[in-house]
Amino acid sequence: MSVRALEALKNRFGDVVVETHSDWGDDTAVVKAESWKEVCRFLRDDPSMAFDMPVDLCAVDFPERSPRFEIVLHLYSVGKRQRLRLKARVGDAEGDDAAIDSVTDVWVGVNWYERETYDLMGIQFKGHPDLRRILMYPEFEGHPLRKDYPANKTQPLVPYRTEEEAGLTLDKQAPFGIDEGMPFGRRTFDERDN
Amino acid sequence: MGELKSPGAAAEGTSKITIEGGASGTSGFATTKLDALLAWARKWSLFKYPFVTACCGMEFMALTSPRFDGSARFGAEAPRFSPRQSDLLWVVGTISQRQAPVLKRIYEQMMEPKWVLAFGTCASCGGFYDNYTTVPGIDKIIPCDVYVPGCPPRPEAVLDGLILLQDKITKNATGDRRPGIVKPREDPIRDLVKLRRKDKEDNA
Repeated sequence: MSVRALEALKNRFGDVVVETHSDWGDDTAVVKAESWKEVCRFLRDDPSMAFDMPVDLCAVDFPERSPRFEIVLHLYSVGKRQRLRLKARVGDAEGDDAAIDSVTDVWVGVNWYERETYDLMGIQFKGHPDLRRILMYPEFEGHPLRKDYPANKTQPLVPYRTEEEAGLTLDKQAPFGIDEGMPFGRRTFDERDN
Repeated sequence: MGELKSPGAAAEGTSKITIEGGASGTSGFATTKLDALLAWARKWSLFKYPFVTACCGMEFMALTSPRFDGSARFGAEAPRFSPRQSDLLWVVGTISQRQAPVLKRIYEQMMEPKWVLAFGTCASCGGFYDNYTTVPGIDKIIPCDVYVPGCPPRPEAVLDGLILLQDKITKNATGDRRPGIVKPREDPIRDLVKLRRKDKEDNA
């Protein structure tokens, strides 16, 4: 049980730990973004913690909140067989200054996770050795997993054929048109409010 | 190994090949148009380039394996992994925006005459992907001759598509290059389900 790890984290860092919970056995701590790296280093180095394996690092977009993004880090201790979820909140409403310290020098394995999070969510990782796009191509503009990215906006690398060139209509055929199927695929954040 | 002999020439021990029913010792002939002959030759010697990207690839492997013997029965068995040696491009699987330039370059490198077969619903129209990352159908980028819908398509549907393409090649002499779409066959599992339900009702 890493409830003890949560307690140790609160005792050690005090106000830095914003909130904790252990719903459904998932022990979670939300920490301040300024102390992100310091907390990570403690979790790895302290013998009672020994979280030596970063399982996942990603981010969640909450467009209606003021720190808009939540960075989520899943940790596992191979020796102690305990898990911990660490979160930090960054970014303003526009998501412009979303930045946090990179933890690549704590765990080497988070390198690609941070690149992916930068690519799809647009969060800057300060001190990352090689922060560039990993899934999308370099010409891609914007960050597609942000909720304000239009769901149907494509940025093709090669120009599409015109309908005269193809000699037939190039719309999507049923049942995959905009009215027929997959309504959630086309729904954007703005439409959901209305 | 026995020597190939015509029945009439067996006694003399010669190896002349004759057409059955023709005059002994002479070869027969047939008349045709040159483009029809070429189309017939192309129809039965398609060299495919498998552009396999996603889960339809496993269906493609099953299709070409001995159970279905997919394209082998139609003269399209040997795959060529060089676009310059192949004339039939099988696009098997989802094409992402990032792969699209590669697909287009491979199509452009293929020698004329060339044909394209879209295997599965992702290659045909983007499938259930309706987002920023997937090309909604390869006809947005390259011309496509035959669409085989299905997620994945049944092997019979792919064979239908191959036969459809062969028909198109023979009709190519008259300039018909409109795309063909394989229509779904009746699914035999429906009747099986009915039988099973009836059986359950009887037992109840």
